[in-house]
Amino acid sequence: MTERIAPVITAEHLTFAYPGKSQHVLDIPHLQINAAERVFIKGASGSGKSTLLSLLAGVLVPTSGVINILGQPLNQMRSRQRDHFRADHIGFIFQMFNLIPYLSVIDNVILPCHFSKQRQSKACTQHSVHQEAQRLLRHLGLDDDQLHHRRVTELSIGQQQRVAAARALIGAPEIIIADEPTSSLDADARASFLQLLFAECAAAQSTLLFVSHDASLESLFPRSLALHDLNQAGTH
Amino acid sequence: MAMLRLAMHSLWNRRVTAFLTVLTIAVSVCLLLGVEKIRNDARANFANTIAGTDLIVGARSGSIQLLLYSVFRIGNATNNVSWESYQHFANHRSVAWTIPLSLGDSHRGYRVLGTDHNYFQHYKFANERPLSFAQGQAFDDIFEAVLGAEVAKALNYSLGQEIIINHGLGKVGITQHKDKPFVVSGILAPTGTPVDQTIHVSLQGIEAIHIGWQNGMPMRNLKITADQVRQLELQPKTITAFMVGLDSKLATFRVQRDVNDYRAEPLLAVLPGVALQELWGLMSIAERALLIIAVFVVISGLIGMLTMLLASLNERRREMAILRSVGARPIHIFSLLVSEAGLLTILGAGLGVALLYSLLLIAQPLLESQVGLYIDITMLSSYDLQLIGFIIGAGFIIGLIPALRAYRQSLADGMTIRI
Repeated sequence: MTERIAPVITAEHLTFAYPGKSQHVLDIPHLQINAAERVFIKGASGSGKSTLLSLLAGVLVPTSGVINILGQPLNQMRSRQRDHFRADHIGFIFQMFNLIPYLSVIDNVILPCHFSKQRQSKACTQHSVHQEAQRLLRHLGLDDDQLHHRRVTELSIGQQQRVAAARALIGAPEIIIADEPTSSLDADARASFLQLLFAECAAAQSTLLFVSHDASLESLFPRSLALHDLNQAGTH
Repeated sequence: MAMLRLAMHSLWNRRVTAFLTVLTIAVSVCLLLGVEKIRNDARANFANTIAGTDLIVGARSGSIQLLLYSVFRIGNATNNVSWESYQHFANHRSVAWTIPLSLGDSHRGYRVLGTDHNYFQHYKFANERPLSFAQGQAFDDIFEAVLGAEVAKALNYSLGQEIIINHGLGKVGITQHKDKPFVVSGILAPTGTPVDQTIHVSLQGIEAIHIGWQNGMPMRNLKITADQVRQLELQPKTITAFMVGLDSKLATFRVQRDVNDYRAEPLLAVLPGVALQELWGLMSIAERALLIIAVFVVISGLIGMLTMLLASLNERRREMAILRSVGARPIHIFSLLVSEAGLLTILGAGLGVALLYSLLLIAQPLLESQVGLYIDITMLSSYDLQLIGFIIGAGFIIGLIPALRAYRQSLADGMTIRI
């Protein structure tokens, strides 16, 4: 049974319009993403990218249509349930300003475990949450243990982004959503960051949704979707 | 409690503004507790001034006025009590003892009180504590004087010192009883009452310095030396007031009525406790004003904290959004802000208490020597703890305002950062 490919995200007839506006900013007839897939979603700014991510994260509720995540109808949940669901099942990496400036590297990484019992218990199956955080950081190339107790503001942008990745990965959430995580990195750092991210997602069997406007990264992903093909809003 | 740790880290990150906020609250807490402390101690000091005396009798005037001049040595009597009336009540069948008081003269700004040995035996203060001698003994001779503790300390007098008493109450007497100096025979232990600021002599002594005086001025051609005075009959014709101790408290009101109804002379008898209450009632306006000011300072301290927290919210939108993205629910954001306000208030209250005790340690000797107010440094009373608890509670409640704002903000912003 485990070998059967199960959909992680399905969306049907998904539309969204901001309250008080009649025009849809998003209209997706069909979207399916399967477990452990690595999907590149290409989209320029203004293409409804952040709206889609907000819908998938359950921050916004669709105007109509259905979103199922891990078999659960997100659009039918109450806001508290969506918050819990997000905390348990989705890890986020953003473009910039990802980390809490006043916490140490380690404390930033273990932050999601404070808000999700599920991720906390998953993170400490083999050892403590702390050790799991250190393991992730080492795997992501931050192998200087001294670094782990520094303030995040003392780190370079590239290092910060790896800390953010470790934080998204801790407790092995089923879905990792990365929103332009590499745009502040140079080309070399970008490639090595992606390699590490892929390896960790594979190890945790997490599904990766990678959103970027940078087409040069597209070739690194087995599956690529263009948001303007996906999104019917504005085309009719 | 993860949010509490987060709140501590967050405050540490803004430690300069946070410290200033804590300091504002600390100063206000210190002020409030200090005012409370002084209020209570002043009241206790006040009530401790006189004890064990059942009635104070003087010429008919107001009860507060009688109390002021007889016990506090403030102001003057409008009229005297004749020696005959005094004797009448001293020999009253319900009366155990009397202390005569004769006022009107001074020495370098300190009041001189003419009295007798009953004063040292029966005058009591605080919890029925009698007067005791630090040095020497009661006056024996007409020209001997007993000093209150503060008089001796302030003027640096010791036993055997000769002092000259002014007629009237000015600090630099216009007319001095230079011809008849007094010798210090004893110095009393400190009491924290007006006794400390008084010079005590015998009634005969008061009488003696006024022989050869008429209408408040020395008679020009008549000089009588101290030795000649000793030969004279020095029975005073009047005294200013007297204190009465009764055999039984049950007789208090009957004796009071007897005094007030006395036909030979218009007299007034007051119960010291009742008169003290009345007098304190007058002063409580100032005392209450002080308290109200302190309460307002606390309120302004808390408003300062509110301002600081609200001002920080906008620049912390990003922080909130990040927290939301790692799974914090709006309720977590809410509790983060409430914890911050609570922490600031608790730290402020703690620092305020520390500040209060350091100030008390510094101020205690000063207040005692300058104002005669004895402040007892004690543990915080349960009332003080209640006040502190109330302030901390108010801090948490005020924290609800920025917390609600942050809550709504984070609901609206979600994980997008709108800056």
